[in-house]
Amino acid sequence: MTDNTKKIPRTKPRFSATFDPFTISEIQRAAATGIYDIRGAGTKRKLPHFDDLLFLGASVSRYPLEGYRERCDTDVVLGTRFARKPIRLKTPVTIAGMSFGALSAQAKEALGRGASAVGTSTTTGDGGMTPEERGHSSTLVYQYLPSRYGMNPDDLRRADAIEVVVGQGAKPGGGGMLLGQKISRRVAKMRDLPEGIDQRSACRHPDWTGPDDLEIKIEELREITAWEKPIYIKVGASRPYYDVSLAVKAGADVVVLDGMQGGTAATQEVFIEHVGLPILAAIRPAVQALQDLGMHRKVQLIVSGGIRSGADMAKALALGADAVAIGTAALIALGDQSPDLAEEYARLGTVPGAYDDWQDGRDPAGITTQDPELAARLDPILGGRRIANYLSVMTMEAQAIARACGKSHLHNLEPEDLVALTMEAAAMTRIPLAGTEWYPGKQGF
Amino acid sequence: MSNMQEIDLARCTLREANSQLQSEDATGAWAIRNPRGRHALAVGLTTPIDVLIDGQAGYYAAGMNQHANITIDGNAGPGVAENMMSGRTHVRGNASMAAGATGHGGLLVIDGDAGARCGISMKGIDIVVRGSVGHMSAFMAQSGTLVVCGDAGEALGDSLYEAKIFVRGEVKSLGADCEEKAMTAEDIALLQSLLESAGMTEYPADSFRLYGSARRLYHFHVDNAAAY
Repeated sequence: MTDNTKKIPRTKPRFSATFDPFTISEIQRAAATGIYDIRGAGTKRKLPHFDDLLFLGASVSRYPLEGYRERCDTDVVLGTRFARKPIRLKTPVTIAGMSFGALSAQAKEALGRGASAVGTSTTTGDGGMTPEERGHSSTLVYQYLPSRYGMNPDDLRRADAIEVVVGQGAKPGGGGMLLGQKISRRVAKMRDLPEGIDQRSACRHPDWTGPDDLEIKIEELREITAWEKPIYIKVGASRPYYDVSLAVKAGADVVVLDGMQGGTAATQEVFIEHVGLPILAAIRPAVQALQDLGMHRKVQLIVSGGIRSGADMAKALALGADAVAIGTAALIALGDQSPDLAEEYARLGTVPGAYDDWQDGRDPAGITTQDPELAARLDPILGGRRIANYLSVMTMEAQAIARACGKSHLHNLEPEDLVALTMEAAAMTRIPLAGTEWYPGKQGF
Repeated sequence: MSNMQEIDLARCTLREANSQLQSEDATGAWAIRNPRGRHALAVGLTTPIDVLIDGQAGYYAAGMNQHANITIDGNAGPGVAENMMSGRTHVRGNASMAAGATGHGGLLVIDGDAGARCGISMKGIDIVVRGSVGHMSAFMAQSGTLVVCGDAGEALGDSLYEAKIFVRGEVKSLGADCEEKAMTAEDIALLQSLLESAGMTEYPADSFRLYGSARRLYHFHVDNAAAY
């Protein structure tokens, strides 16, 4: 007899799809620490997104515009409903609200410089307005948040628009957090908090509940600012048809709709990954609400959450948005996730492209930190240039697509310019599946 | 008051009324007649004028006040003197919920009772209430002082930061991380000064109790998970 045991093939170690390596590591981490995982950025799961839509372009039935020769305008006016001084942007891509505190002063300055260079706006965050930010932002939107950190009437009057934040895409229904490592003396002073504490922000506004109260709150803000400023209402994407309807009813000039891909400075991983809608699923119901109320293009819609390119911007506009906002993409343009920082990311236990510990203040790029040495690494002038470059590229990309579709303005893009690549995207957007005239829910095939 | 400048809301719009009061040139004493519960009365004022609201006020009266001395000769709706920065607001009647919410400075005096969440998220304002306050008052209060001459409702001072709360009557319950503290001479002086400013000197300072933050929730800790 011969010994055949060495020749019997052995199965390879098989990982569970349910208990995958990440899930196992999270269970182990939870068991060891007893507290949920807190991180920055937005959802990392794969979701139906703008990649699931394509533009058709022009051919015989429609003719295109000549690139570089024929005009394709990009300007947008926000706040035409009630505000005496609407905002005029040269391009329909803005910088989303991110706080001084979550970001370094250098990063805020760079965002202001970059946005101003291309004629668009930037936005404050949960923590108030800094003089640097105001000084470097030609158009600045001032957020009005549940915490009211740093809120004061002088800054309200200094702002170009006011954004009442009801929620954000990364955590609809959740409040804010800023961990002690980032509560520097200056951040603490601006927020009237003890230095170094783990700061919690409330999830509801302290002095109003529901859309009827919100209408009165907006009247107060308008009275304080002499009805000059456009008033935005920002909601996380969850029930967009009803939330947009109620925002319009409450008197918004502009609605900001943030999908679950939208970033956060610090939120529970479980919240980021399991609450809210992807932005692709939210735009069409939001636009439908505006259309049903006869307010489409009268109350402007800004969408955000995972906007990365001029293609994403053009698709959002074609679905009916008036403008888009970027946050995570702007941080990447500033230098977040840079391969040049690979060694430093390795010391933090991560790699370029996966760094998301924005909450703990040790960002080697100097963006999501209050450490003076780390923050000093970010040159706000160079950072501003990078932001301006990126915003310009986004605009040119969107124009290239719009011209190919025969549009002389980005806002002339329409749902009929699009097809969907997947059943999911078709169902969510009511854009026909490519090669058909059908989307799920439409009668006939 | 002599030479009082009058604004009659039966004859003009809210915008016209507020824009007169908000003018950088506004001086002296003003009266708002026929307020009839209008919202956003006398908001965003910036000069040290005296304003009398001659009746009931709706939501957010005296909101974001800077420097003005505003008296409401009636009841006030939700969020009276919300986010006040400086100056003084005096409610001669009762105030609804969220009185003095997020206020950064100045003095809010309420002769009657205040509803729920009085002084919520306060950031430096001083509030003196002759009557009682409702539940969740001084929730997440950051700094400043709340003085209650009557009773306080449930969950007083929940998730409190560095604000001080003085209560003369009964406290139904304390919120998470709020505890009674021993009063120092400095605390007594602060309380006496506020009672004096509010015109409530008949209440002796030693008849109050002081509540403040136990500071156990200042840092996330697994043993406090139920409190978050």
